[in-house]
Amino acid sequence: MNSHTSRRNFLKSTGALFIAIPFASELKAEVISGKTVDAAQVDAYLALHADGTATIYSGKVDLGTGLRAAFPQIAAEELGLPINKIKLIEGDTLLTPDQGPTSGSNGIPKGGMQLRQAAATARQALIKLASEKLGRPVGELDAIDGEVRPKAGGAGVSFASLVTDKGFELKLDSKAPVRDPKTHKYVGKHVPRPDIPAKATGRHVYMHDFDVPGMMHGRTIRPAVIGAELVSVDESSVASIPGAKVVRIKNFLGVVAPDEWDAVRAAKMLKAEWKGGGLPTDSAGLRDYVKAQKVGSTEALDKAGDFATAYAAAPKKLSGEFYWPTQSHASLGPSCAVADVKDGEATIWCSSQGTHRYAKHFADMLGLPANKMRVHYLDGAGCYGMNGHEDAAADAAFMSKAIGKPVRVQWTREDEHGLDPKGPPQVITQEAALSADGKIVAWHTTMRCPKPTDKLPTIPLLSPVEADAKQVKGIATGSLSSGGKPPYDVPNLLVEVLWLEDTPLRASHLRAPGKIGNCLAVETFMDELALAAGKDPVEFRLAYLSDPRGREAVERVAKLFNWDKRVEPRRNGKGRGIGFTQYKGDETYVAIAMEVDVSADGHIKVTRVAATHDCGQIISPDGVRSQVEGCILQTIGRTLFEEVKFDRNHVTSRDWASYPILTFPDVPELKIELIDRPNEPPRGAGEAATAPVAAALANAVFDATGIRLRTVPFTAARLKSAMAETGVKFG
Amino acid sequence: MASITLTVNGSARTIDVRDPDKPLLYALRNDLNLKGAKYGCGLGQCGACTVIVDGEAVRSCTTPVSAFSGKKITTIEGLGSPEQPHKVQAAFIAEQAAQCGYCTNGMVMTSAALLDKNPKPSATQVKDALAQNLCRCGTHERIVNAVVKAGGARG
Repeated sequence: MNSHTSRRNFLKSTGALFIAIPFASELKAEVISGKTVDAAQVDAYLALHADGTATIYSGKVDLGTGLRAAFPQIAAEELGLPINKIKLIEGDTLLTPDQGPTSGSNGIPKGGMQLRQAAATARQALIKLASEKLGRPVGELDAIDGEVRPKAGGAGVSFASLVTDKGFELKLDSKAPVRDPKTHKYVGKHVPRPDIPAKATGRHVYMHDFDVPGMMHGRTIRPAVIGAELVSVDESSVASIPGAKVVRIKNFLGVVAPDEWDAVRAAKMLKAEWKGGGLPTDSAGLRDYVKAQKVGSTEALDKAGDFATAYAAAPKKLSGEFYWPTQSHASLGPSCAVADVKDGEATIWCSSQGTHRYAKHFADMLGLPANKMRVHYLDGAGCYGMNGHEDAAADAAFMSKAIGKPVRVQWTREDEHGLDPKGPPQVITQEAALSADGKIVAWHTTMRCPKPTDKLPTIPLLSPVEADAKQVKGIATGSLSSGGKPPYDVPNLLVEVLWLEDTPLRASHLRAPGKIGNCLAVETFMDELALAAGKDPVEFRLAYLSDPRGREAVERVAKLFNWDKRVEPRRNGKGRGIGFTQYKGDETYVAIAMEVDVSADGHIKVTRVAATHDCGQIISPDGVRSQVEGCILQTIGRTLFEEVKFDRNHVTSRDWASYPILTFPDVPELKIELIDRPNEPPRGAGEAATAPVAAALANAVFDATGIRLRTVPFTAARLKSAMAETGVKFG
Repeated sequence: MASITLTVNGSARTIDVRDPDKPLLYALRNDLNLKGAKYGCGLGQCGACTVIVDGEAVRSCTTPVSAFSGKKITTIEGLGSPEQPHKVQAAFIAEQAAQCGYCTNGMVMTSAALLDKNPKPSATQVKDALAQNLCRCGTHERIVNAVVKAGGARG
């Protein structure tokens, strides 16, 4: 299949009033005018066409998460248009509103709700226009199947006859009434994802499959020591490769060739000399390094009562230290991008989760005005925060600018595992105390993690540093300090974060930043407190959980899992554990129960998982379920296996053998119950179910062995040595 | 420059090959514009590049194109189409068994080769057959369900 033709036909078939041709080769031929991208305007989000179809425009993108089904569901519902009349354009900076990056599980809660209000505003306007045309009061009219009709029946008027090619020219009304959930036809129902037939048959055009005429294939060459300076390059070393050209900009080194395999060969053959560079620690010493790092500032995030006094006076005290290691996005496809930089303007195709903010970044880096930069989103391999997508785009842009032709850069597996910005390490300590009658009287969480740079617009990229181009410096991590507050009623509470000023490897948001480790610490500790109080872990949680939605999630998961009460651990190699979170403190509720088998050599096999998930109003039930499945399975792998290894030079875990992830034989039985609350606002589903996974797993291992695992990953070697130390034997 | 004739999806296709060590994956994607097979690692570790060669699931990223002369290669495009999907592809669509879908090629091709040998695999047999195929998004359960249903065995 020819990707250009299919996309062009798709766009033509929409009959859009604002013609969208997202290809550089055709960009200049088509003057795109009038299409507002102002997020405060209705026309930024949708256009109704003369043929009865509509196009919706989203700055939020589908990362394999199902938004490509959910956004049309929301728009069809509010507009009153059959869903098959709706086409979606995502993440094109020239055509879509800047709704912020697709991150933090905010695709539906933020992006979807902006779209809903835009469509509700449009419906209100259509009804008002029809009221004048039909001579009937607005209260008697509704928008149904692309027409405004009297609710009582009778002839209506089509949407197309009510709007001109100028669109609505209306401000988005955040108070425009939305449809009563009782009347929903699409929201809350199953709508198959439109991309899956093409994905299952090899026809889906990924970023990696996209090309433009005259495109060269580029590869970046990076030093064996992170941060090394380029001393010299021997261009003659690639002279035998037809059409190969070396691109050097200060410490940035790339090679391009007309043929991709030739570019691969040239990158291997190119001789270069580097000096200096290095890392302040290796991965084996990372925990101690983090603990010894100077604390820039201490911030109390939550306080209740007087922790210090209550703790000092309490008869029973517990404490523990937890460690979450550096982890990689480990995207299945190494990052790829295409850039076409010439004649003072640029077009970049990239799988970025934040095309709008990176368009500005790319423009600054290339010294172009922001309005000369267009970034198109194309699907990449799954990314769970920010991997190397934008780095590959910057690499391609520098090379394209240097040679005056479009360049496609494909990172290698070694590049992706070695250089993707990583989820940073965390050390979390817990102190808590019980009264003589076994009640929680005091709790103190302390989190050590890097401080994100205030107002950092984007995560710094590799090649602008190497090429000494314009870029704002800083650290971005996501909200690593969220989730350290226990979701329970605790009279004397102190939740603190000790902010560190740097972290050894470049950081970024990795799915549910910080929250899996923080929930591990909080929820493992809740189990320790339950044991100390002589209570069953589920009963103990319910005794301190007053939020009715939280209670329902825990009660239902206990039932779904067939939880059997216990106080003391079984220590027979089979165990069950529970974990609970309210994501980010005020969003989605998730409770997870888990069963494990532990072998005599310390190998943990998760056999069974049950989860309840309450994200308020559900737009796409199967989309939510798919995200919950992914959250649970991916996080079991992160907890059992994943840790980025590095020496003082570079990351050493640069393939799948040295950075193992979950595989099919590791997959447990899953039971998931979605709790739909149509009258509550929708919350995110992309991350919440990751948070309690490590905690439930650790608590199940404790039940099976009597051993508290507080250091991730829970490798067989780690558990075996703990079993040997404590003399645990079974099986 | 040498030329090599490959039999791909039932057609003879001749391509010029400057480097006989060029992996089949690059010939399929760039010379024949068959981009269903994906570059995942170039190391034979993840399975995203899988094609079927003479009935066997093969990693196209590590085997030189010169080794495929005279062999029958099937790519995911040749297995079926959105209009006429192979039973494994139809089951993936019915089960919505993809998130990002970058691994899907390898999952579908490995499973199609499995069903040719074992028409009604159990869930455990499917998991074993896919043990060397990686999925990062966590779509495993749906994939297993899809393959078991495509085979018609009870999960």
